[in-house]
Amino acid sequence: MSTALVTDLTIFVLALLVGIEVIGKVPATLHTPLMSAANSIHGIVLAGALLIGITAHNAVGYVLAFIAAFFAAANVVGGYAVTGRMLKMFRRKAQPPAAQAPAAEAGAAPAQVPAQSAPDTRS
Amino acid sequence: MNTFTTNIQLVYVLAAACFVIGLHLMNSPATARRGNQVSTAGMAIAVIATLVLLIHDGSVTGIGWTVLIVGALLGSIVGLYSARTVQMTAMPQLVSMFNAVGGGAAALVAVYEYIHDESTPGGVLGTTSVFTVLDVIIGSVTFTGSLIAAGKLQGIITGQPVVFRGGQVINAALAVIAVGTGAFMFTTASLPALLILVLASLAFGVMMVLPIGGADMPVVISLLNAFTGTAVAMAGFVVGNWALIVAGALVGASGGILTKLMADAMNRSLANIIIGGFGTGDSVVATAVAADAQIRSIAADDAAIQLAYASKVIIVPGYGLAAAQAQHGVAELASLLESRGIDVSYAIHPVAGRMPGHMNVLLAEANVPYPLLKEMDEVNPEFARADVALVIGANDVTNPAARRPGTAISGMPILDVDQAKSIIVIKRSMGTGYAGIDNELYTNSKTSMYFADAKKALAEMTAAVKTLVG
Repeated sequence: MSTALVTDLTIFVLALLVGIEVIGKVPATLHTPLMSAANSIHGIVLAGALLIGITAHNAVGYVLAFIAAFFAAANVVGGYAVTGRMLKMFRRKAQPPAAQAPAAEAGAAPAQVPAQSAPDTRS
Repeated sequence: MNTFTTNIQLVYVLAAACFVIGLHLMNSPATARRGNQVSTAGMAIAVIATLVLLIHDGSVTGIGWTVLIVGALLGSIVGLYSARTVQMTAMPQLVSMFNAVGGGAAALVAVYEYIHDESTPGGVLGTTSVFTVLDVIIGSVTFTGSLIAAGKLQGIITGQPVVFRGGQVINAALAVIAVGTGAFMFTTASLPALLILVLASLAFGVMMVLPIGGADMPVVISLLNAFTGTAVAMAGFVVGNWALIVAGALVGASGGILTKLMADAMNRSLANIIIGGFGTGDSVVATAVAADAQIRSIAADDAAIQLAYASKVIIVPGYGLAAAQAQHGVAELASLLESRGIDVSYAIHPVAGRMPGHMNVLLAEANVPYPLLKEMDEVNPEFARADVALVIGANDVTNPAARRPGTAISGMPILDVDQAKSIIVIKRSMGTGYAGIDNELYTNSKTSMYFADAKKALAEMTAAVKTLVG
């Protein structure tokens, strides 16, 4: 067994233990964003996909590099975007319905918009 | 190791640290957004470092750069588009798709390295081939397994367990082929063997997830998440990159923990879930609900009176709520009750939804403040003080039958809804839940049933409360 391999294995085992320690503290409320965040983190495989480029000098290499880069980029970009979108929804206090209706809209039709219709306008 | 590669490795260590800190900040909803930003920054650093490494190396061809950049750009567009447009009810499918592409990319990295090394003299053999083989197996299984899981969640593939005769034999055969071929590849470099390994692993992924029922999806998604992480870590061994190893290990740990939590919340072992659906392995004993058991149904006005004059209401949402898209309706009713000074909170069972924590996200989307969302252990002692427990589309997780032995759900941790002073259940019919057994809560003398679609029922109750107190 080479020194490099021993180093790699050491890093792997320690990272696994750190992961168990850190993730055990995440409350159930955040389990979906957690999984989504973990999903984005494994998008690091994009780095692995890019590294294919160094030695890929024939058609097979290019095709594999293309698909790997496509998959990994979809994973990493989509993962972070959707995690951010989800976390933005978690609020300590409910926002008053008025705050959600854009000011311009409220100005255009003053006092005629029933306040309770506002929360339903979001997709 | 020269100075340049040392510096790049140090940058990867920095990126890995960002991932750990990012995950650590997820331990509270207040800091979670910052955690995601830290993690994103780490990812940007790692990708830029890799690009610098590629430029410095100088051996990437023009075509090489083109395929990498075009592939990554197209992937980014697809990823971003799905992230922006996905409905929160469809989150489990999206997570599953990201598992699929992540695992697929990891497998491709190993496939490429194997093909490349095989063509160079004396290349492929040695200790790294162990990781190459593992990466191909785990990555491929994750790829097809996650696609099947996403298909089941989306309703393209039936959510019922697909079990057929000889399925177990085929699974065993595929596993033997994969492991045997992998072992052969340690000693002999062979492209046909690689092809067999990939195909057997892909087939195994399909066969592994097909027999698993829709209700077990929270466990399956978590497990596939752990697989993806492991595959990425293996890819890290293959290309000799610490960032991949650390990130993969973190995801593996996260998926592993969630898998265990979900399996525990359903009181089922992982083996039991993988091997067969509910009722296929366990002996299901009929529950003792007498045929003439009294079921009381309730009208919107009476439900409104109970709710409007309560001092404490606990809402118990289940997947039926999400399926009926009623999360906004329940939030509206809850805020109306709160405006009357009623203490309203939500009791969330760990498997309420299609993935870990799914219900919390759906309610957060409906503008419900997260401090009102209570976990099972936290809320169970509170039921005794609740005047009304309002159960919406939740079934098995409220069934008191779980407390005694001999039923399909015995031992499953449940919400103590039956402790509340009165119980209102919104449900479309008397149909059973996934466990296929009657819910004793419905025949409890304190329980009133409101038979309707969740969205419609909540709208009617909200209107009735308004008329009553308005």
